Amino acid sequence: MSLYDELGGEASIDAAVGIFYRRVLGDAYIKRFFEGIDMEKQAAKQKAFLTMVFGGPNNYTGMDMRVGHKHLVEKMGLNDTHFEHVLAHLRSTLAELGVGEAKVAEIIAIADSVRDDVLNR
Amino acid sequence: MPMITFDGHDYDCHQGETILEGLTRHGVLLPSACGQGVCQTCISKAVKGKPPVESQKGLKDTLAAQGYFLTCICKPEEDMELAVADVSKGWLKAAVIEKQMLNESVMRLRLQSEETLDYFAGQFINLKHPETELVRSYSLASLPDDGVLELHVKRVPNGQMSGYLHDDAQIGGRFTIDGPVGDCFYTDKDLDQSLLMVGVGTGLAPLYGIVRDALQHGHRGEIHLFHASLAESGLYYTDELNALAQQHENVHYIPCVLHGEVPEGGMKGDIQQLVQTAVPQLTGWRIYVCGDPEIVNGLKQTCFMAGASMADIYTDPFV
Repeated sequence: MSLYDELGGEASIDAAVGIFYRRVLGDAYIKRFFEGIDMEKQAAKQKAFLTMVFGGPNNYTGMDMRVGHKHLVEKMGLNDTHFEHVLAHLRSTLAELGVGEAKVAEIIAIADSVRDDVLNR
Repeated sequence: MPMITFDGHDYDCHQGETILEGLTRHGVLLPSACGQGVCQTCISKAVKGKPPVESQKGLKDTLAAQGYFLTCICKPEEDMELAVADVSKGWLKAAVIEKQMLNESVMRLRLQSEETLDYFAGQFINLKHPETELVRSYSLASLPDDGVLELHVKRVPNGQMSGYLHDDAQIGGRFTIDGPVGDCFYTDKDLDQSLLMVGVGTGLAPLYGIVRDALQHGHRGEIHLFHASLAESGLYYTDELNALAQQHENVHYIPCVLHGEVPEGGMKGDIQQLVQTAVPQLTGWRIYVCGDPEIVNGLKQTCFMAGASMADIYTDPFV
């Protein structure tokens, strides 16, 4: 059983997106990357991403991540430190949802696997 | 076997096949990405036929109410006609029946359309300039039951459309309109939910419709309506809204100004901060914000950070 099902499927992803997105926007170090962005589209993308890392139905390709972050890397200096902030917010989101440590490590490893796509390397 | 009409052609859809799969089989490629009903890239609108409820999962209720659905998870149960972009009934004729100034720069324009316009209070229409073909959008402040279409037109410096409407449009003059458009309106999904409404300037127009629509549906939760303007002279409908608040215990009307004298029962300051101070906790609330796009987008984020779920935030930025 995937964590996606274990957590309760789509409804839990919606809850996770709310918590995760609020944490990210509340982080002064990275919130500039989210300024002027359509919040609904952003939330939809986060939902697709979290569905993927939770092992739910997805059609993930690194292409979207690359294209979506290219200008942030080139024009705004998006780097590993920023990426790690996001990972940290994902970690605390999972903790808030009561996900056990072993599972958290597993999910963070999946999320970390998109690092090179996000940073266009 | 349901038939799917798209772009003037009919396509059959096999048993168990999604609309996206069916159309692809016929060589019609719609935009899509995840194929799982998650990313919403493939969102389409059913202009005829009813999409199955499962094909609307995750969509905002106001989109579902207008027949939007996801083609990648839609196994049609009946014949459907779809459109991928925003569609309306096409252009209608409407005649001016009243012009009335509501304050020094905002005019109430009432139109009678020749055909009944089906809309949700708070949606907007597009109005065509009779001489130049210029098109501008105006929110509807009326309820469908009112029988007339009410618009609040602010005179914009050198504004071609607002200048024409204020100075040249005559009673009886005919306009071409289309619509309705927009997904900022009331749905009766939860009559006890607390509602926060913030209108900046003529952003009050859609809210004036939405608040009355909510009450007409028997909304029981608290309703806090903030109307923000630079100064008191920019407010309007204060008597009407105070009366509404008197008639309904759950309605609270808060006129807000940035400068000068503060109206009775009102507040002074930056609207974003005023809202934040007045209602710091918005978990479980439903939010409506209309008007200046910068303020609307700022408040959208403020409300989300204060706990409101994204699915519960409805906005109409006037661009």
